[in-house]
Amino acid sequence: MQNIVTMARRELGAFFLSPIAYAVNAIFLFTIGLAFALGTFKSGAEASLRDMLDFWMLLILVFVLPMLCMRLMSEEFRSGTIETLMTAPVTEAEVIFGKFFGALGFYFVLLATVLLFPIILASFGPIDLKLLLCHYIGMVLVGSLYIAVSLFFSTLTKHQVVAVLFSFSLLALMTFASHALATQLEGWPRVVLQQISIRTHYHDFVRGMLDMNHCVFFITTTGFFLFLSVKLLEVRRWQ
Amino acid sequence: MIRVSQLTKRYGAVLAVDNISFDIEKGGIVGFLGPNGAGKTSTIRILTCYHPATSGSVHIAGLDVFKDSVEVRRRIGYLPESTPLYPEMRVREYLQFRGKLRGLTHDERVSAIKRASDRCWLGEFINRPIGQLSKGMKQRVGLADAIMHSPEVLILDEPTVGLDPTQIRETRNLIEELGREHTVLLSSHILHEVEQVCTRTIIIANGKIVASGSPKELREKFSAQGKIVAELRGPIDDVGKSIRALKGVTGVESSSDQGWVKVTVEMQPESDVREDIFKLASAKGWSLREIRRDGATLEDFFIKVTAQQRLKSA
Repeated sequence: MQNIVTMARRELGAFFLSPIAYAVNAIFLFTIGLAFALGTFKSGAEASLRDMLDFWMLLILVFVLPMLCMRLMSEEFRSGTIETLMTAPVTEAEVIFGKFFGALGFYFVLLATVLLFPIILASFGPIDLKLLLCHYIGMVLVGSLYIAVSLFFSTLTKHQVVAVLFSFSLLALMTFASHALATQLEGWPRVVLQQISIRTHYHDFVRGMLDMNHCVFFITTTGFFLFLSVKLLEVRRWQ
Repeated sequence: MIRVSQLTKRYGAVLAVDNISFDIEKGGIVGFLGPNGAGKTSTIRILTCYHPATSGSVHIAGLDVFKDSVEVRRRIGYLPESTPLYPEMRVREYLQFRGKLRGLTHDERVSAIKRASDRCWLGEFINRPIGQLSKGMKQRVGLADAIMHSPEVLILDEPTVGLDPTQIRETRNLIEELGREHTVLLSSHILHEVEQVCTRTIIIANGKIVASGSPKELREKFSAQGKIVAELRGPIDDVGKSIRALKGVTGVESSSDQGWVKVTVEMQPESDVREDIFKLASAKGWSLREIRRDGATLEDFFIKVTAQQRLKSA
C-alpha cells in the first residue's frame, strides 16, 4: 500500500511539472468553458449543467484523458526508467495502481476547476447540491474508466502517439458509437450495446439518478482494465 | 552471496545466455567482462529480477530471484548501463522517492541520502533538477541511488561510461571503497579498470563463461603461453636458426636493426627458454642487450579467449 501511495505522489508531481499537462488542462478548461457559455449560459436556457455534462464533458474527456495519461507507462518504457523501477522492491500491481491513482489525483484537480460553473449558476438561483454531487460521482467514475483504458494502452506500447490513438478509438467506440448504434437496433443487440455503452450508464448520473448498476459497471470495467494493465506489464517483463 | 546455476536465457530463437554457472563469495569486487552481445546485460537483468531466466536458478543471499523477487530486490543496489532517471525530479526528490520504494523510514532516508550524496559528490547538486545535470552527474545520481540503502550486493553495469577522466578516477576509487563493505559485481568494457579494482574476473562470450579467476591469474595463464623478446648482436640467419633449435620453441621471428637482431620467440605452454637463449648467446659470443617475457595484459587474454569462443561458435 505504501508503494502505491509513493508511486501515486510521484506521478501527481510529474503531472504538475509537465508542460503537456498544463497545455491539456488549458484546452480542457477552454473547451468546457466554451460548451458552458454557448450551451447553458445563454438567454432562455435552463440553468443547469445537464447539456454540458451529458455530451460535451464526455467528448472532451475522450480526448483530454488519453492525452494526459499517454506518458504514464509509455515514457517509462521509452526512457528506460522501467528498469530501475522494476528492480526496486515493487510489484507490477503497485506500479499500475500507483500510476492510476496519480492520474486520478490530477483529474480531481481538473474536476475542481469545473466547480466554477455551478458557482456561476448559483448567482442565478439555488443550486441542487445532491444533483451536483451525483454529477460529480458520475464524472469521477467515467474519468476513472477513461484513465484505466488510457493506462492500459500506455502499458501496451512505448510510443505515446500510438497509445493515444488506441485510447481515443476504444473510448469513442465505447462512449458514442455503441450509444448511437443502440438507438438504431432492436432486440438483444440493442441491450448488449446499451450495457457496454459508457454514455448510457453515465446518462443517469447527469439526470441525478444514483443507480448502483451503473456504479458497478464503471467500477468493474475500470478494475478490468487495471487488471489487464498489470498482466500486460508482467508479460512485457517476461518477454 | 551470489549463486548462478545452469542459467539459460533465450529471446525467441536467440540464445543470450547459455547454461552458465558461477559463485561469488561475500565481499570483494568481481569484474564481469565480455564483448558486446556476450550476454552480460542479460545475466545482470536476471540477477536483478528484471527479466526471468528461461531455465536454471539464481540465488542472492540465499534467496531465489524468482520466488523471493521483492526481497532480493530489497537487498541489491543496481546501476543500469544507461542510468535512466526522471528528468523532471530534483536529485533529492528522486532519492527520497527511491528510498520510500525501498521501505526506508523518514529518518533512515534523511541519513541515507546524506551519506550517499556525500560519497557520490552530489552535495551542491542535490536540489538541481536531474534534467539539468551532465551525464557524469546523472551517473553519480544513479550510483547514489544504488548505494543509499546499503545493499548487500551492488551490481554496476558500465558505471564509468561517459565520464571524464577525473570522474572515472573518482568513481573507480569509490567502487574500490564500496568493495570493502558490499559484494560488487562490476560489468565493464574497460579492461584496465577491471584489472585495477577487481579481485576476481569472469569473462563471458557468446553466452558462455570462457574464463574465471583473479586478473593476475588470468594474465599469468596467458603469459605462460606467451612470447620471449630478445635483442642480440650476431648474424641474423644463425641467430634465428639456433634459437629455433632450442627445446620448447615453436616459432621465431627475427628482424635486424642497426646490427642488432630482435627475435620474438613463441614457446610451448609452460616453457621458458630465456636461460637457454642466454647460454646460447654466451656460447656463440653474441652480445645480449635485452631478454624479457612479452608482458601479457588482461586485454590480451580477453581478446584471445573471446576470439577463441567466436571461432568455436562459428
